[in-house]
Amino acid sequence: MSKLSNTLAILAFLMLIPLLGQSQCKHFAKQVCQKELAPYIHNGNYNAAILTEGETAEMYKTFYAKQQYRIYICESSAMPKIHFQVLDVDRNVLYDNKTNGYKMKWDFIPESSQQLIISLKVEDGENDSEGDPISGCVAIMIGLKKEDQQKEASP
Amino acid sequence: MKNQSFSLLITTLAVVFLVFTPGCKKDKQTQEGSSQKEVVQVDSIDQQLIKDVKEVKEMFYSMPSPLEVAMILKEAGKSYNPELLNPVAHNSRYVTTKSRALNLGIYTTDLSYASLYDQTQTTIDYINAAKKMAEGLGIMHAIDQKTVERLEANVNNRDVILDIISETILNSSSFFKENEREAISTIVLIGGWVEGLYIATHLVEESPSQQDINNNEMIARIADQKMALNTIMKLQQKHRSNEHLSSVMSDIKELKRIYDQITIKSSKVVPVKDTTTNVTTLKSETTLTMTPQIYKQLKEKIDVIRTKFIS
Repeated sequence: MSKLSNTLAILAFLMLIPLLGQSQCKHFAKQVCQKELAPYIHNGNYNAAILTEGETAEMYKTFYAKQQYRIYICESSAMPKIHFQVLDVDRNVLYDNKTNGYKMKWDFIPESSQQLIISLKVEDGENDSEGDPISGCVAIMIGLKKEDQQKEASP
Repeated sequence: MKNQSFSLLITTLAVVFLVFTPGCKKDKQTQEGSSQKEVVQVDSIDQQLIKDVKEVKEMFYSMPSPLEVAMILKEAGKSYNPELLNPVAHNSRYVTTKSRALNLGIYTTDLSYASLYDQTQTTIDYINAAKKMAEGLGIMHAIDQKTVERLEANVNNRDVILDIISETILNSSSFFKENEREAISTIVLIGGWVEGLYIATHLVEESPSQQDINNNEMIARIADQKMALNTIMKLQQKHRSNEHLSSVMSDIKELKRIYDQITIKSSKVVPVKDTTTNVTTLKSETTLTMTPQIYKQLKEKIDVIRTKFIS
């Protein structure tokens, strides 16, 4: 009885793993990433996924004129570096974090409203020849500068 | 020992049962429905979308959130008008998933709009209205009693209020994603977005001239929503099997037909970084072509859709 119940318990736990991954990602975005955006305020939209090294993700979003934004790519610890670029609709590169020391935050103001693409790739880890590829949560966080701060910032 | 193992088994199985049963049943039904519909509609699926999905592990199409919509309204520099909000007394009307989702978005935009103008009592009233919609959708934790109490305790601190609103939007959007109900999340965002358009079009003078259209910041932001509409169309393709979303989309497609008459031309985007602030300005010029007649059609259609959503 004991052996059977332990086996069933392990099986049940294994069934829960994918859901636990999503759930952990959600908690990570809420507990860690949202706070890291400060003093910008998160727009509230949840854009996070479990990614493995070598995998890519893209986000399409309209950014509005004269609003100051912060893009923050937030990853769980022990993940390899994230290479991210911001592209216009014709896929011209407007920002590349690889040429900026893999910085994970980028602040900008569009003069006119623009649809932009945030394209990211989890770089291959340094020890990729050994063991399984590393996976973890990656969240694309969009922050908005609060109105009072915008007024202070403007000349 | 035997009792301990048995208890462990029962507990684990109970957790698995609770986690999987309600969500899986619904998902299975949805998936069955979708596979049937996909056979019929496969020819019309956007080829670009298929290409994108093949090449990229995860695609996000991000609509403006209710908080973002309200901040755009405020940035365009118009005054607060409480008569434009959906009255909180209407909340008992909303008893279906679709109407609750739409009005969760609508009330959240109203709440965000009121809070940006320091309307403290209205902010409290609208978080309670949004809470009722969230409860009806089964996301009690997204806006719970503690959230309301925290908001009441900080009612004079706009920064904290905005943080609370941001958290509630994140709570609901992440819940829907986690439970594979992203189509409902899209309906919430469409509700909030239409509410923003309704407020914006009513903050503009009744019949703007061509000159007003060419020079009015708010009208420019209304026209810019043509880009957000493209995002909605992508989201609809992603969740095309969802009957609630399909029903909402029939209205949105009518709106799109009017937006299709508007032309927005943008010059090449040039990033210019301010090395003092580390903020980059994306320099570009936009030319908007919209006649007063098209604007009138747009405003009338938004009124019709919004009235339908709040009825």
